[in-house]
Amino acid sequence: MSLRTFGNRVGRIEDPALLTGKGRFIDDIKWPELAHAAFVRSPFGHAAITAIDTSAALEVPGVFAVYTAADFAPLLKIDRLIVGLPSPAYRQDVNRPVLAKDEVVHVGEPVAIVIAKNRYIAEDAAALVNVDYEILPAIGDARAALEKASPTVHRGAPHNLLAEFDVAYGDVARAFAGAPHVFRETLWQHRGGGHSLECRGAVARYDANEERLTLFSSTQTPHTAMRLLCDMLGWDEHRVRVITPDVGGGFGPKLIFYPEDVAVPLAAILLQRPVKWVEDRREHFVATTQERDQFWDVEIAVDSEARILGVRGTLIHEHGAYTARGVNLPYESAQTVTLAYEVPAYHLGVKLALTNKVPVTPVRGAGQPQGAFAMERLLDRVARELRIDRAEVRRRNLVAAEKMPYAKPLKSRGGMQVVLDSGNYPEMQRMVLDAVGWDDFRARQLAARASGRYIGLGLANFVKGTGRGPFEPVTVRLGPSGKIHIMTGAAAMGQSTKTMLAQIVADQFGGAMDNIVVTAGDTAVIPMGMGGFNSRQAVMAGSSAHLAAVKLREKTIAIGAKLLNVSIDELDIDAGFVHVRARPKIAASLGDIARSVAGIPGLALPGGIAPGLETSEAFVRDEMAFANGAGAAEVEVDTETGEVVIRKFVIAHDCGRVINPMIVDGQIIGAAAHGIGNALFEWMGFDADCQPITATLADYILITSTETPHIEVLHMESPSPLNPLGVKGVGECGVMPSAPAIMSAIEDALSPFGVKITRTPIMPSEILAAIHAARREKLRADPL
Amino acid sequence: MKPPPFRYHDPRTVDEAIGLLSTLDNAKVLAGGQSLMPMLNMRYVLPDDVIDINKIAALCYIRETDGVIEFGAMTRQRDIEFSDVVKARFPIIHEAILNVGHRQTRNRGTIGGSLCHLDPSAELVTMAAAHDAVVTVAGPNGTREIPFAQFPVTFMTTAIEANELVTGVRFPRWPAGHGYGFVEFARRHGDFAIASAAALLETDSNGKITRASVTLGGVSVTPVRVRAVEQALIGQKGSEDFFREVCEECRKVAAIDDVHAPANYRQHLATVMSRRALVAALGRVGKA
Amino acid sequence: MSETRKIAVTINGKRYEEEVEVRWTLADFMRQQLGLTGTHLGCEHGVCGACTILFDGYSARSCLMLAVQADGHEILTVEGIAPSEEQMHPLQEAFRDNHGLQCGFCTPGMLTTLLEFLRDNPDPTEQEVRIAISGNLCRCTGYQGIVAAALDAAQRLKAAKEAS
Repeated sequence: MSLRTFGNRVGRIEDPALLTGKGRFIDDIKWPELAHAAFVRSPFGHAAITAIDTSAALEVPGVFAVYTAADFAPLLKIDRLIVGLPSPAYRQDVNRPVLAKDEVVHVGEPVAIVIAKNRYIAEDAAALVNVDYEILPAIGDARAALEKASPTVHRGAPHNLLAEFDVAYGDVARAFAGAPHVFRETLWQHRGGGHSLECRGAVARYDANEERLTLFSSTQTPHTAMRLLCDMLGWDEHRVRVITPDVGGGFGPKLIFYPEDVAVPLAAILLQRPVKWVEDRREHFVATTQERDQFWDVEIAVDSEARILGVRGTLIHEHGAYTARGVNLPYESAQTVTLAYEVPAYHLGVKLALTNKVPVTPVRGAGQPQGAFAMERLLDRVARELRIDRAEVRRRNLVAAEKMPYAKPLKSRGGMQVVLDSGNYPEMQRMVLDAVGWDDFRARQLAARASGRYIGLGLANFVKGTGRGPFEPVTVRLGPSGKIHIMTGAAAMGQSTKTMLAQIVADQFGGAMDNIVVTAGDTAVIPMGMGGFNSRQAVMAGSSAHLAAVKLREKTIAIGAKLLNVSIDELDIDAGFVHVRARPKIAASLGDIARSVAGIPGLALPGGIAPGLETSEAFVRDEMAFANGAGAAEVEVDTETGEVVIRKFVIAHDCGRVINPMIVDGQIIGAAAHGIGNALFEWMGFDADCQPITATLADYILITSTETPHIEVLHMESPSPLNPLGVKGVGECGVMPSAPAIMSAIEDALSPFGVKITRTPIMPSEILAAIHAARREKLRADPL
Repeated sequence: MKPPPFRYHDPRTVDEAIGLLSTLDNAKVLAGGQSLMPMLNMRYVLPDDVIDINKIAALCYIRETDGVIEFGAMTRQRDIEFSDVVKARFPIIHEAILNVGHRQTRNRGTIGGSLCHLDPSAELVTMAAAHDAVVTVAGPNGTREIPFAQFPVTFMTTAIEANELVTGVRFPRWPAGHGYGFVEFARRHGDFAIASAAALLETDSNGKITRASVTLGGVSVTPVRVRAVEQALIGQKGSEDFFREVCEECRKVAAIDDVHAPANYRQHLATVMSRRALVAALGRVGKA
Repeated sequence: MSETRKIAVTINGKRYEEEVEVRWTLADFMRQQLGLTGTHLGCEHGVCGACTILFDGYSARSCLMLAVQADGHEILTVEGIAPSEEQMHPLQEAFRDNHGLQCGFCTPGMLTTLLEFLRDNPDPTEQEVRIAISGNLCRCTGYQGIVAAALDAAQRLKAAKEAS
């Protein structure tokens, strides 16, 4: 059987609806009698609630109800969102309530929900809910939060240490004690929000006849949402259905289960009327989880040839006010640091600090870009100090291709051995260097400087864990209509998940994409699912789809053989028919085949065949597939304004076998642009009282088309041995090299000044300040 | 993010609009809506009445007479951008307006709305300051004219009264052959400038500067004409080095400190932007 | 109760006579009252561009207009771009073929913006395209597929014009 769709630039099945305005996003869900919700949210970073008066709000014409924590309490068996991934590292539990009762711990925390005829009226009334607050000290700096004298984020809590753990192997003390060179860097890494163009939303309906709740949610994890709702309500699974409609971008924050995902269904139950809440952008800035600050203090020990002897240090990670996901984000940061390189000894002590800000959870890359950034900064430092080319320092330390699969002495968060499954890291670096013109850049740089222009080149390698297990089930069904229906718990939020699955299944059925329908993210069609995150869906759901489709094909052909009275070996599937390869006219349509096993009362099924044409598979894999790559950026820095313009951006990428090159390129380029934004633009600012100060899209700067460079993508395909398709994840990888390559390039451009960059993002004013500071430093060192 | 409740009025004439402004206590005038509408959506403003002046056709015009161009208050930024007269005789306005937001906002945004909103970074506000424009304002007792130097009172606050309406603005023309340059520094294309500078120059036959206008946008709470720079230029031959020296004066301008940039950075940018605008202007002297 | 007005507006060639609340934005009116949900709201403060429509042929942000202001005007939304149910517009086809969309949320605004742009600039450069869509945020694509689609669409439209 030939592969017609896998590996090819197949058009997306999602596109026609999305291009003609026929997509169905959360805000497009409509029911008769639909009521609209607005939330009353905390205006303070930390305050005690002493009273809530909803009477004025209830008097507004068109308002149906105003609910507070007290109204919801009788319905809840569990009144907190217990969502933290398990870990022995926790030092305290800080789980979110649905609505705050007597204390708010971040600006934007929901306090009450107003339900009205429309959103306009709901907002009118929300402004009239009178909440008496007693302001408490708010703490926003993760480092200060860990000091003994710090006020606590939660009243009455013992301290602000949420969790602590070490990621370590080898004898670090010995590695550093005997090292010819040790270099230390102090880094402040900030990342902002996910900022999908579509905000979040929930639409819930309680059917009293069926005693069932249906929740449409723009979530990346519908099955998790269903399970948590059942837990909190104390209901059986069959009473709750969660459906993910078209999702206008996820990027991490939508994998979280939120208070609003509970409050909206509860309101629908209490009101006996469907309720819609669609988050607006201002809410997104204060109520949707973000990534924020990481403070790294790391050092590297190298020998005189720049070979790494060890890396050690500490990481303080800002956790926000509640646990909305757990310790995974800084764990991934810590685990990623050494991945691409041979590092004999490693120790990173990690502390998670609570702050009075919206919780921190993964954004595209989930902490791994920060880990790579720390390592790449250290390697640049080594190169500078030892006066060795930056690429050469990396080449000497990258894990060699002949060592694959390479077991790192690292344990994953789940306690499993980290094994780099495949790839040729040095070759990836070489490809990028060739494409960006690394070797002849010095001459160009000098010529530019002679005319007063400062250009620089930077490089970064990365290895990224993808395909998070343990599984993602897929059911493939061939119905009497002749259509093939793929059902999965994998969630589609823009990454072409449906096309990806359809391509994999289509290959078993003659390659016809238009004969396939995909339902992704509906708990009613498939009982289990984990959802979309961690670049996992092609690996996990893709593999399940492949296994299920192969089995379904076998059965389809077996039935065809019975119906056509031929042997299985003679048959193939094409254009909606099972046919005899040598005599295509002898054929049975897929619909007829399905019908033949759909059962007719009193008639026997074709010899020994089990009823129905449906297979379900859940490919299980605990180990992650490690994608890898390298990126290079050429920048020009305006030394009068501090502005950085990216002149060239190349990224080489290995995600194993490519299912659809068009989609893979799109994922890489989009993620790289996100990474460029993280490096140069995106800053989620708060003032000393933990009030957000960049809470509009005019103040929080997302990169636009004019600042985004053309991004050149290079590929290598090193099939992963870990799954039947040989694939690795791709969704987050483009983020990885952006910031370190750009910072390296800026430093290179500004090397005449000796500017060092130790933070992301870096803003023009900061670059200018760094130039001026370096100039002053130079003057001090050498007054003449 | 939905507008609060308000009453809506759509007068057809200036008199009608002024009548409404005179009788309503808490009214907002809706022009192109590119600033007021976001403020309504975010409920930063809570007017009882909104007076939509989009139907006052008499406020939509571009007229050129006797070396002066006059824009009706409701002239869309788009119409200014595509005006041949503006392109030919006021090339700096054409250059500046390409930095005003984006196509979608220029299609709706108006010059009157921009002047009244008076964002210190707004390019058209900077243009009005650079040209010593004159704003025409209608009120219950007729019309009056406000020289632009007296138009801004303070940050985003104009000299017009609550019962007055801006009806137009006149820009005196600089003679053919004048040099012009508008440059700005913004984080993204179309964003409000962190700092911008507009320079207009005239020289005599020996190349000596006889007249200069240097304006900073986005730096201070209102656009700033840097008179000290303008005076220092008179009688001198321009050069990049000379401009660099003279523009140091811009560092003294009181600057905004906000989430986008610290004050000292804006002051530094002011020296750079003003010099670059002057260099551009000098290079264009005699060419148009 | 809020003040209402009766308006008549033509959207995608169809005339609607509706009673609207004067404070409702044009976007909400189209989406909620008329069910034209193809136009998306991404920020409601005039930055993201997802709600861009053509108002009398000119692009405008529908979150920054009141529904009542549409009285007597003509609007084109994403639902009205394709010439028929069966056939997409060359711009839409170019988006599909160049992977100019991923999640599809910014797409309606991109399409309407580019429709106007390509009408006024039938033979644009890449930089002109980038400036044209600089008022439309996309978080998925890094813009590259969109830029490629716009340039491709220009060629398709030109070819179609020459052929006719």
